[in-house]
Amino acid sequence: METLHNLFGTNLGYVVWKLLGVIVIIIPLIIFVAYLTLAERKILGFMHARLGANRVGPKGVLQPFADLIKFLSKELIVPYKASAGIFYIAPLIILVCALLVWAVIPFSPNLVFANVNASLLYVIAISSFGVYGIILAGWAGNSKYSFLGGVRATAQMISYELAMGFALVGVLMVSGSLNLVEIVNAQAAGRLGGSILSWNWIPLFPLFLVYLISGIAETNRAPFDVCEGESELVAGFFVEYSGSRFALFMLSEYVNMVLISTLASLMFLGGWLSPFPKSWGIIGHFSLAWLCVKICILLFGFIWYRATFPRYRYDQIMRLGWKVFLPITLIWIFILGAWIVSPLSIWQ
Amino acid sequence: MLKNFLKTYLLTELIQGMRITWKTMLTPKVTLQYPEEKTPLSPRFRALHALRRYPNGEERCIGCKLCEAVCPALAITIDTEEREDGTRRTTRYDIDLIKCIFCGFCEEACPVDAIVETPLHEYHGEIRGDLMYSKEMLLAIGDKYEPIIAKTREADHKYR
Repeated sequence: METLHNLFGTNLGYVVWKLLGVIVIIIPLIIFVAYLTLAERKILGFMHARLGANRVGPKGVLQPFADLIKFLSKELIVPYKASAGIFYIAPLIILVCALLVWAVIPFSPNLVFANVNASLLYVIAISSFGVYGIILAGWAGNSKYSFLGGVRATAQMISYELAMGFALVGVLMVSGSLNLVEIVNAQAAGRLGGSILSWNWIPLFPLFLVYLISGIAETNRAPFDVCEGESELVAGFFVEYSGSRFALFMLSEYVNMVLISTLASLMFLGGWLSPFPKSWGIIGHFSLAWLCVKICILLFGFIWYRATFPRYRYDQIMRLGWKVFLPITLIWIFILGAWIVSPLSIWQ
Repeated sequence: MLKNFLKTYLLTELIQGMRITWKTMLTPKVTLQYPEEKTPLSPRFRALHALRRYPNGEERCIGCKLCEAVCPALAITIDTEEREDGTRRTTRYDIDLIKCIFCGFCEEACPVDAIVETPLHEYHGEIRGDLMYSKEMLLAIGDKYEPIIAKTREADHKYR
């Protein structure tokens, strides 16, 4: 206690308060992710006309905990020729990057851990940092499969980061701010203000689609999961990992899915804003619940695409990123610029 | 050309695919919850072997070794001796279920319907040697499941 007091001085209360905030964000997030894995198995099963996991607990609700116990009780294998140090830290890098971004995510106008002015920039910076974990994981395993998976993931993420960044430039242009809270608030303003029509997804529809699809590619989910393509690379960049380290990879993949959905709902779907008019009382009011509903709809989409689409070939992925998405976003940014300065602008 | 362009960029085919998965999600599920629900088995189903007895308790097998000769996987081993009453009986009747391919030839070859394949397929071995079935074990199976064996033979005999 004394050392703590010496270290932080009068800020001790502040530090404890912030640590509490971290726990309040991370614990529900991880529980949500645990149930997202169950939801994915269930929905995939249903889309295959199966029942999905239903053995552990009523209707399978305890399945995530059974999975967790299994992961934690497995042996942690380090391959004989692996670079042990890098091998240990690679999953941590990925997970830390996936969790760090949540610091600036606003859950409602006042419920945000760190309301920094350049939060969108921070989000882009940290989420692209996660690719280092993938490269290192692929490299450190010293296996040709994990190496190929790492290389593929890297090239794919770099390509799609561009399209994603440009899609976000469109959002920046219409909201005039890098602050996520203000980006959401800007969607309630403007000429069509206060209705579902003024949210960014309608005027920026091509960018919304590009963002969603790039988001799937960024999180390495089907149909863009060539870096862990089972039929070619066994499991891709984390093929050498076992037990709880493997669980870290899975956890960060799902955290990233939730993150992409959250960002998409904040930037294009009006975040916590309600789709109904204010006069409808409680459901017309903004709330965290609306954000959760939007996130869940987008996450359902993630699972739906996985159940529906076959995996892209690698050159098709590259072609889609560079030759389709990049031109679409660039052209739409020009159109958007002209629209904003024209008398038809709906954002004045 | 324009039609192709629209088809690509309006994602029509992707949406068609997604409609199919959506519809499938709402259809009744075909999963069979195995230990509680089971698929119906034909009376001809060939699984675990059994040696049968006559109603008076005498074992049927006369040690003719036809099953041993016909077995394509060489899974059956038989030794015989002459009993005091002058009949030939087996002293050893081993089936190695790991070698067995469940073709049913032994049952077809048997002139006295001694060796049969029952529909009992839920058995297992835990250590090496567990699936080497001796004469005593096969006779025990036959004694225990004679009602099932008789029922399945009865159901099938008119088609043979």
